[in-house]
Amino acid sequence: MSFVPIKFAGSDIPTVEDLRNCIHCGFCLPSCPTYIATGHELESPRGRLHLIDSVRSGRVDINDRLLGHLDLCLQCRACETACPSGVPYGRIMEDARASIMANPKSLQPRQWRLRTFLLRYVITQPIILRFAIFPLRIYSKIKLQNLFRNHISKWVPKRIADLEALIPEISSKSFRRRGILASPEKISARVALIMGCVQGEMFPQTHEATIGVLEELGCEVIAPPSQVCCGALHLHAGDMQKSRELAKKNIEVFEEYQVDAILVNAAGCGSTLKEYGHLLREDNKWAKRATVFSNQVQDILEFVASLMQNSNLQKNLSTLSINVTLQDSCHLAHAQGIREAPREILNQIPGLNLHEMRNPDRCCGSAGIYSLVQSEMSNEILATKMEDILTTDSSIICTANPGCTLQLQSGVRQSELDAEVLHVIDLLYRSLSQK
Amino acid sequence: MENNQLATLISELLQKIDRSKILDAPEDLLVYEYDTSIDRAIPDVVILPTNADEVSHAVKVAEIYGIPVIPRGSGTGFAGGALPVKGGILIVLTAMNNIREIDVENRTAIVEPGVINLHLHEALEPFNLIYAPDPSSQRICTIGGNVGTNSGGPHTLAHGSTVNHILGIEVVLPSGRIVWLGGKQLDTPGIDLRGVFVGSEGTLGIVTAICVNLIPTNETIRTMLAIFDSIDSASEAVSAIIRSGVIPMAMEMMDQETIKVVEPRVQAGYPVDAGAVLLIEVEGLSEAVEHDSAVVVSACNDLGAREVRTAESALERESLWEGRKSAIGALGQTAPAIYLLDGVVPRTKLPEILNKVLSASSKAGFKCANMFHAGDGNLHPTVLFDPLEHGATDRVLELGGEIMKLCVDAGGSITGEHGIGLEKRSYMEWVFTDADLAAMEKVRFSFDPVGNFNPCKILPTGHGCAQGHMQITDQHFSAPGVYV
Repeated sequence: MSFVPIKFAGSDIPTVEDLRNCIHCGFCLPSCPTYIATGHELESPRGRLHLIDSVRSGRVDINDRLLGHLDLCLQCRACETACPSGVPYGRIMEDARASIMANPKSLQPRQWRLRTFLLRYVITQPIILRFAIFPLRIYSKIKLQNLFRNHISKWVPKRIADLEALIPEISSKSFRRRGILASPEKISARVALIMGCVQGEMFPQTHEATIGVLEELGCEVIAPPSQVCCGALHLHAGDMQKSRELAKKNIEVFEEYQVDAILVNAAGCGSTLKEYGHLLREDNKWAKRATVFSNQVQDILEFVASLMQNSNLQKNLSTLSINVTLQDSCHLAHAQGIREAPREILNQIPGLNLHEMRNPDRCCGSAGIYSLVQSEMSNEILATKMEDILTTDSSIICTANPGCTLQLQSGVRQSELDAEVLHVIDLLYRSLSQK
Repeated sequence: MENNQLATLISELLQKIDRSKILDAPEDLLVYEYDTSIDRAIPDVVILPTNADEVSHAVKVAEIYGIPVIPRGSGTGFAGGALPVKGGILIVLTAMNNIREIDVENRTAIVEPGVINLHLHEALEPFNLIYAPDPSSQRICTIGGNVGTNSGGPHTLAHGSTVNHILGIEVVLPSGRIVWLGGKQLDTPGIDLRGVFVGSEGTLGIVTAICVNLIPTNETIRTMLAIFDSIDSASEAVSAIIRSGVIPMAMEMMDQETIKVVEPRVQAGYPVDAGAVLLIEVEGLSEAVEHDSAVVVSACNDLGAREVRTAESALERESLWEGRKSAIGALGQTAPAIYLLDGVVPRTKLPEILNKVLSASSKAGFKCANMFHAGDGNLHPTVLFDPLEHGATDRVLELGGEIMKLCVDAGGSITGEHGIGLEKRSYMEWVFTDADLAAMEKVRFSFDPVGNFNPCKILPTGHGCAQGHMQITDQHFSAPGVYV
């Protein structure tokens, strides 16, 4: 990954106002998974902010070393929770990455260019995504996976084996239904559902569970057919242009529906959807509409937790006598500040024992495409996470985001743990549908 | 340093230190140019050793090349103590972070210098033991850094600062020799060099292991929040409590400016309209705590406290402390930069000095927030400013000097816990005579005859310090009273 050193370019260069909130107190360091793993200031939020500031002010250019430090960031935003001065780290890192990718194509780091290309032309294209996942589905179905894992894995390079371990056991169907998905007799609220890109392909059951729970709560559920990917992965990879394009499309689509809330069951998407207002703040035509959209967005868990109290839902839950531990998805806890809702929901399930792990809000190493592009660090972080999970003696690990679920499933396989990884809503629905 | 000289220096380091522990790329060095102070200085090389032998090797190499050696922990110092003012080898000790031993029977622990203060506290919890010093930055500051600056913390009031809890240290001397000063025993024969070392900010050698003294946790802890309409009445309450014979474990004050930024962040129930609050903690056997807290409550009420609340749960206690301990950072929200000072005044003079501090800062045109260890008179006036505003940094530094002078004139001192570092060297002359300083210099040179161990720190003298690598204070060398 060698290239001619470059500077920040374009109109999204991190602002002095954002950067100078940092007073270098260092409180973010112990919350940062990569600082914990390396002990290097270079791999800490404070260090990266200083590097970004140094690039911005022209003291240094971005070469491959510096790029490496920026690239090792998970964008988990745990530092934002730890920061007493309110530095908007996630935004600064997104801006920095966008300003790297705003350079002419020939100057862009090659690996980043490839990433942007794949995100643009695979993730956002449902049909191509389906094609891309299809071999994995077959792989899973005809049990090639077992063959690889039991026999072949020891003969291939570790990096390949690590990547293979990420391949989930994918259900043979995907969730493709759109339109009105639930219409109970007595409607208490009308909601629109964000279908995401990966969720429906990899975890169709989570959509089923979401719809099932909402229906039980008396919600009419609509999935606007022409909605597109939320653009979170693009934003994190520096493709701000594409994420703005996607944001506008979604705003346009959802404006057509009169709903009480726009719900999303992937925390990573939710945090970006809630930030559309900021993403389009300088676009006169869109700024206001984006803010209106963002204000309507709620994570499925915060929505369900707020309705649960005054509903009959609890009466219809059957007992699940199990030990459960909860991984706070970073983009739920750190980016959206939602910590209580998943716990409130789990604690409503009769018989369920929520056994908290150490550092439940520390990243599992998934971080969108991070587990693919930084597999070594991702695995190191996952190993620590699995140690914390093991001590809870849980048979179910709950998350709130498909990326976390994939990563923890891989962790469960690697540590040969007998546990299931589910979205909180999956478990709630299981308790609901067993009656 | 010249490029070819740097290359040979690195090849010498490589003889005993792995390449992965050596940083020399310009962009890598950038993140080691700061700590939490106002200044910046770039090292020539950074090493991240994992054992004392590597430290010793680096020290010997530095001696051959005649270049400075500077120890650094997490880089959270407020006085610029870890800045490589004259370049050289910056020895970052964060990778030496093992707790080597917890000896429950003897109530001691041996830790490496990179161990984070809070991590030691957490490791001791199951044994009902504590390591008393608990600086507000304890979640990230290292024990090595605490030893270097003789750190305090809220609980210094009852237990004393770091020096009172260090039994022995392993140090790499400027010659490269590795020796133990003190040991696991409470008293060791000979001159107490351990005591000389604690607070020497890396000017005498580099600490590579620390034997700390532990104390048992108390049966009962009660945390109270006393709310006052003014700083004056809160300060008087502090004196009244001490006068009554009760020594709380901690007595922390926050003024309105601070409460206003802290409360929205932690939502601990700090009243944003109060003039000042005191966070008071009493500990001991439950009967004693009962008695002591009654004394505290009545003393506060006598001095017109609006209310004295008691934390009802561990959670409430934690959030009150979270508010206090993150106060400095939270102030960063209100201004682009803050300048945190560290001074000590006799407790009885608290109201008088605080008023003078506030009027001095408003005269200079700055807001000043105060949160501090009221029980031991350790002030932390925090000046809020914008470094991009023309001349602001100059005026802030000048104001800092003025505030320090106020403390000294009141019979106090220029540091309670942050150390002297780079920023307060010039104030040393206000508290010490030439003869005092000469004596200190003799001690320093008996360890480090060349003066290459963390040069330009603590003592106001030092050859060539004015031509250092500093970017900010360089411009201020001509300003009287500051950084001369």
